[in-house]
Amino acid sequence: MNIHEYQAKELYRKYGIPVPKGIACMSPKEATAAAEKLIQETGNDVVVVKAQIHAGGRGKAGGVKVVRGVAAATAAANEIFGKTLITHQTGPEGKVVQRLLVEQGLAIKSELYLALVVDRESRRIAIMASTEGGMDIEEVAAKTPEKIHTITIDPAVGLQGYQIRQLAFGLGLSKQEQKGFSKLLVGLAKLFEQEDCSIAEINPLILTEDEQVVALDAKVNFDSNAEFRHEAFWNSVRDLSEEAATETEAKEAGLSFIQLDGNIGCLVNGAGLAMSTMDTIKHFGGSPANFLDVGGGASQEAVTKAFRIILQSEAVQGIFVNIFGGIMRCDTIANGVVAATKELGLKVPLVVRLEGTKVEEGRKILDSSGLAITSAATMAEGAQKIVALAKG
Amino acid sequence: MSILVDKNTKLVVQGMTGSVGQFHTEQMLAYGTRIVAGCTPGKGGQALMDVPIFDTMREVVRKTGANASCIFVPPPFAADAILEAVDAEVPLVVCITEGIPVMDMIKVRRVLDSQNTTRLIGPNCPGVITPDQCKIGIMPGHVHKAGRIGVVSKSGTLTYEAVGQLTALGIGQSTAVGIGGDPINGTDFIDVLKLFNEDPNTDGVILIGEIGGNAEEQAAAWIKDNFKKPVAGFIAGRTAPPGKRMGHAGAIISGGKGTADAKIEALEGAGVKVAPTPSDMGTTLQSLL
Repeated sequence: MNIHEYQAKELYRKYGIPVPKGIACMSPKEATAAAEKLIQETGNDVVVVKAQIHAGGRGKAGGVKVVRGVAAATAAANEIFGKTLITHQTGPEGKVVQRLLVEQGLAIKSELYLALVVDRESRRIAIMASTEGGMDIEEVAAKTPEKIHTITIDPAVGLQGYQIRQLAFGLGLSKQEQKGFSKLLVGLAKLFEQEDCSIAEINPLILTEDEQVVALDAKVNFDSNAEFRHEAFWNSVRDLSEEAATETEAKEAGLSFIQLDGNIGCLVNGAGLAMSTMDTIKHFGGSPANFLDVGGGASQEAVTKAFRIILQSEAVQGIFVNIFGGIMRCDTIANGVVAATKELGLKVPLVVRLEGTKVEEGRKILDSSGLAITSAATMAEGAQKIVALAKG
Repeated sequence: MSILVDKNTKLVVQGMTGSVGQFHTEQMLAYGTRIVAGCTPGKGGQALMDVPIFDTMREVVRKTGANASCIFVPPPFAADAILEAVDAEVPLVVCITEGIPVMDMIKVRRVLDSQNTTRLIGPNCPGVITPDQCKIGIMPGHVHKAGRIGVVSKSGTLTYEAVGQLTALGIGQSTAVGIGGDPINGTDFIDVLKLFNEDPNTDGVILIGEIGGNAEEQAAAWIKDNFKKPVAGFIAGRTAPPGKRMGHAGAIISGGKGTADAKIEALEGAGVKVAPTPSDMGTTLQSLL
């Protein structure tokens, strides 16, 4: 799960990680007031107006402005608020800015990079630090891997002093900066573990002229599997406008759904089968409209809901139901498909491939439903059929 | 013979009294798996389907000699259940539970790495089956057929798909192992390949991977240097968009890493024949025999 930068920074403050003074704003008017307040408090008339969207690359897209004085801050807020930002992470449709963060300006000496991630190879939390802050870190990793310093945290003993020193010396920090860095890193490691993060990234982490270490940006992603430990807090920071409505609706029904840009709707059980159903459709020249895994234990209601989500999409010109029942029973799938179709009608071709548990019962339900269903014996046959039918 | 499980395996089901645990215990019993105990704290002394229930895993092992465990405990308590099985020195632990926080698995994995009595399969996996002998997990037993091909997979339903195709072609399976699609798990491809390599009754292997991580690339490198038997492969997620988690917690392309094309290239470079579509897994393997 994603949260906004200003929310991540509030969390950072809670763990003693230095961040610039800042105020979250829901309108340009609030931004004006925030700029006034910050300039008064800090005695510095430089402020930064930052678009709050769930995507990186905001600076390049014109979503971050460094300005001097309240009038300029107001102008920047008016310009950014409501604007559609298109970055490499938003997709071509972009994201509309509905929240702003106004922050004090700081005198930056240098920009570093710091990130904590779950490292699958070492099966631990890894900390990566680099002097190449502000850059695209993937690029740094590819071109100059020696500029990235990495340590991993042993869960049995936690982050150790020597590890922090390794990173600090690798970054060439002064004695004063090392102190700040150590405190920040201990806080961030604690935050990562206690808040069940999957990523905590600071890019850039800055060194100021007065040798302070400050998180100028803050990105936090949570491991959605840990929602049961953080339900109240996560609900309070969740921004539903940042999540696709259909994906949220599907999630509530216990389905895993991702909208894609093709025209063939898919209903499949199991993540691997769902992915390879998409692959097979593409292989035969078609294009999937979605990824949809109804999971193993889906109820008939959930299947109905899933099929309804697909039917409601205007882009869908054909539907492929591909089920290999293990825990998932074919009769449950068939009942769900019939129920949703009765309610909404079926205006596009439907190809169904059923295999596994209760397959005979499932086929019988579909056969006696009176629906115009094309059946297929294998995934490949089904994909070929739906690709041909969807073309009309 | 087979790997990991056979007709002598004595199974305990952790979380047997929950609805999912109960349903699959029934299925496993029907398949012929020897289930010697259930473990549900607070229900010790009771029995379900004639299987005695105990409060703790130590008691289970002491009184029944169980040498394998199957876990259906819900995510908030699953890591604890795995660690209890490790503590009781159960040699094989199969965790079916989906949705365990990765922070929990980091700790579990640390404990697993510090001992060599227990092997964990999963979590978030369909389980392990040696056809006609022992089924531990949730896979549909009837699609399997005893034989000499091993299957190892990150994906449950794709395992059924592969097994179903093999059976339809008249090719039986020695053992099918689902290792699960989580970023941190107990057993990886290489662990299972090592076992298949040494198993005199496995003649070839189907390996099914998916986007995310680099377990497939590592497996490819290991196969190239060590594996003596033919391998057919398949990688799911060739058309998956980057940055989107495709159902499994581990199935995500991030920062340009973990793509299907890179994995397919690595496998082909190691002499693995990769099926063009998932419907061709069985015939691809057949062509290698």
